[in-house]
Amino acid sequence: MSAAEPLLRVEDLRVEFPSEDGVVHAVDGVSYDVYDGRTLGIVGESGSGKTVSSLTTLGLTRRQGARISGRIMFEGRDLVALPEDQLRGIRGNDIAMIFQDPLSSLHPLYRVGKQLIEAVRVHRDVSKAQARERAVELLGLVGIPDPATRVDQYPHEFSGGMRQRVMIAMALANEPKLLIADEPTTALDVTVQAQILALLERLQRELGMAIVVITHDLGVVAEMADDIAVMYAGRIVEKTSADLLFSKPEHPYTWGLLQSIPTLTGSREEPLIPISGTPPSLINPPSGCHFHPRCPYAEPEHAIVDPQLEQLADQPSHGVACLLEVDVRRRLWSEMRSGSTPQEALAEVKDDGPDAADGGAGS
Amino acid sequence: MSGYIVRRLLWGLLLLVIVCALTFIIFRVIPTGNPALRRAGRDPQPKEIKEIERVLGLGKPLPVQFWEYIKGIVLHFNLGYSYYSDAPVKSLISERLPATFSLMVGAAAMWLIGGLSVGIVSALKQRSIFDRGAMGTALALISAPEFWLGLVLLFLFSSDIGKFKIFPGAGSYVGITSDPWKWFTSLLMPWFVLASGSAAIYARLMRGSLIETMSEDYIRTARAKGLPERSVVRQGVRAAINPIVTLFGLEVGVLLGGAIIVEDVFNIPGIGRLSYQAIVSSDFSVVQGTVLVAAMFIIVANIVVDIVYAYLDPRVRYS
Amino acid sequence: MEVRNLVKHFPISRGILIKHNVGAVKAVDDISFQIEQGETLGIVGETGCGKSTTARLMMRLLEATSGEILFEGDDITRLKGAQLKAIRREVQMIFQDPYSSLNPRKTIGSIIAEPFAIHKLLTGKGERKRAVQELMETVGLNPEHYNRYPHEFSGGQRQRIGVARALALKPKLLIADEPVSALDVSIQAQVLNLLRDLQRQLGLTVVFIAHDQSVVRHMCDRVAVMYLGKIVEIGPGDALYSTPSHPYTGALLAAVPVADPSHHGQDRRLLSGDVPSPANPPSACRFHTRCPKAQPLCSTDEPALEDKGSGTLAACHFPLTREELALIGVRSGG
Repeated sequence: MSAAEPLLRVEDLRVEFPSEDGVVHAVDGVSYDVYDGRTLGIVGESGSGKTVSSLTTLGLTRRQGARISGRIMFEGRDLVALPEDQLRGIRGNDIAMIFQDPLSSLHPLYRVGKQLIEAVRVHRDVSKAQARERAVELLGLVGIPDPATRVDQYPHEFSGGMRQRVMIAMALANEPKLLIADEPTTALDVTVQAQILALLERLQRELGMAIVVITHDLGVVAEMADDIAVMYAGRIVEKTSADLLFSKPEHPYTWGLLQSIPTLTGSREEPLIPISGTPPSLINPPSGCHFHPRCPYAEPEHAIVDPQLEQLADQPSHGVACLLEVDVRRRLWSEMRSGSTPQEALAEVKDDGPDAADGGAGS
Repeated sequence: MSGYIVRRLLWGLLLLVIVCALTFIIFRVIPTGNPALRRAGRDPQPKEIKEIERVLGLGKPLPVQFWEYIKGIVLHFNLGYSYYSDAPVKSLISERLPATFSLMVGAAAMWLIGGLSVGIVSALKQRSIFDRGAMGTALALISAPEFWLGLVLLFLFSSDIGKFKIFPGAGSYVGITSDPWKWFTSLLMPWFVLASGSAAIYARLMRGSLIETMSEDYIRTARAKGLPERSVVRQGVRAAINPIVTLFGLEVGVLLGGAIIVEDVFNIPGIGRLSYQAIVSSDFSVVQGTVLVAAMFIIVANIVVDIVYAYLDPRVRYS
Repeated sequence: MEVRNLVKHFPISRGILIKHNVGAVKAVDDISFQIEQGETLGIVGETGCGKSTTARLMMRLLEATSGEILFEGDDITRLKGAQLKAIRREVQMIFQDPYSSLNPRKTIGSIIAEPFAIHKLLTGKGERKRAVQELMETVGLNPEHYNRYPHEFSGGQRQRIGVARALALKPKLLIADEPVSALDVSIQAQVLNLLRDLQRQLGLTVVFIAHDQSVVRHMCDRVAVMYLGKIVEIGPGDALYSTPSHPYTGALLAAVPVADPSHHGQDRRLLSGDVPSPANPPSACRFHTRCPKAQPLCSTDEPALEDKGSGTLAACHFPLTREELALIGVRSGG
């Protein structure tokens, strides 16, 4: 973690949406930092709040009647409190965003060049001709062959991977300091996905911008991210560097994710270990620790107390929001690494009695 | 694109031929009795009937009759002869064309501008008082029959019999060349009556289409680029219009039908009135002629709509 | 099941007034393979490779343009009417989107019971309901929810309903078309485990279609890799994932992002460009336009699916060597 000031600092962000069935608590007290030139990966499934927190950074949730509290500090200004016209000056300019489905995210009836030119001219006072030159330059930058011709084509004339490159080009039009990529490769074939991820990395190196990658794919964050925040039901449950997350994961949800995904290198014989239960409702989230109904190691008090994101004593850059004791957790994880199921690991750890756990866990 | 246009034009041509054939069959082949007799007017003399038979070529075989019929239309615009009014149908129609044209074009303009703008504002201010009021009014206007609406407006606003004497009354239509102001004011109420139903439908459709469009991903992208809201809305409207454009061709047909009634209520000397009178007095030739003209007009309008649609939606051109 | 020289072309028509065929989308272009009883065959490939079309051809949801489909030795390619209906009892399908593949107006009880109704089975009083509830338990659903509607269930549960329906008639062959792609990661594992357990318990033969290599590797005994309507490599999972022969298989494996940051920075040779259109595929070897090993021969001579000595059958003139595997970044444990 760099000691410099973060480019973007999200502090205790909470976002709620009124809905017919009740209030949706989409983001429930989330804090993270993004640093220049580094990539933060936000991992979570549907309903984790990962997309909402990024949309809120750009103020794109305001129209839906969201109630937002907390601060998002960017270059000394709080984006949550910033008036709309000033925030608009930042969108597509200092902070840009690309979305999941490039086919539906580009206007189908306008030529690609026009959409690119628009992105430039809304923030820069340049002539149409200059903007068009920039558009062609951008298409070349993202690796689209024959950009001078393709700039006049419509989105449906591009393939999926090319369209995502166009979206990236549009986001880079004004050399943003921060690029937020919301599931940028989910809708793409795997070979194209690899190309796009490589492109993003190259662009980051060349332009020195920070990237936030939002995804459910642990492989993608392992490739792209320097730091990772794992979100569940609107809260961050674990936050650390990518290396530490995969080598020393601390939160049961993270373990669940790592154990339940098939890989190309793991054993083919062992069954996957799924996370039991179903994703929680955001209107009536579970009380206390949001994960406790699905956690194999939950204790009764986990339904009452809210875990806070706390730094580990021996890994200060590693934050975990879990009510289990650190030692107990680590023993559980090492049991599972050697092949136990969660239930077996729990039994093992409990068996070892009070000298292995410092109060709190085990009966 | 040009392939698309050529295809549409050729189809249109084919349709026109089919329409001619249909009118031929409906008006000459199907009705029982002597076609000449039907066209002959009041108290025909046998000599006149013979003359009409000769003109229509009734002795010849049907295909020949049809061929001469088509030839007459294509080469001379010969739409027949009205023995009731003692004039060629062609001239009867062309005299009245400007009036109907004024009526239709004005109504179409009012319907498009009114309907679309109300629809757009309603969509952007969903569930506001404006929205609910506008959609309620739209429902009323769609439900109101033209003759009722026309009579009510005359009763309220016309300068001769109305309560609030604002607009010229029925029968005050004049050609645009003779008195532009009078032309304009005399058409305001008829335009409103004719346009109201279609405008209301369009308002509701536009509202629905725009609401859907504004929730699309590319609108979110537009906002994420930092575009001011009015540009974002413009992008949404541009996309929302497409599904509605094709309906324009259908609505033109409805408009034509409505014109008949409106021309009668407001006493406008147009083709609609002509065909109404011809139907009532059984003037076959005129009815046949007006049906043919109306059908052709609708076909042309639909071809234009198709071409405009392809221009508006580039994805269509490549199919 | 055996598939021989199966072809499915979707004609493209053009024309000013009269439409005539100017070409075809060659979705499936002469493929042959076998499925042994009790095994799980995976079919993988990217967009436009023809895997979904192949699934539908096997299910007779589409008519083949040419070729044969044999089921238990009988040719079912051109069956119609009652004979086709009889086959439907043996071959069933699970679909990708759990949100749109269940009729929202029917209770899940009636959805699962529908196969019985169609084939007029279990007409005794309460027999159907009992059978349905048994199926629900088998797939891990609460039988008391018999009268609930699909929208009351989550995605993973809906997929279980789909599985229950597919198993109602005790089919011999189950075709799963991207059964977990639309599900959250934590739920995917549940459904995958369910499918594996059911396969073992019921002795099912399964064809598993997916674009996610890791899932296929985990679930399948043998795997076929498709590209632009052709099978480019087919073989046992162990061999295919540790020593693939076909450059495309290698590229697919190299492209999969690995959930292990220590791999990051390792060199990978990435495939460039996009998949060509299936309406106008490249000549001879379809992959030659993107293949890093392509030679002039590849654009003139179509390679046959043959044993290349690494345990799989591959259609390639210049299959990958072991050194090349490491070079392009194939990393798998077989």
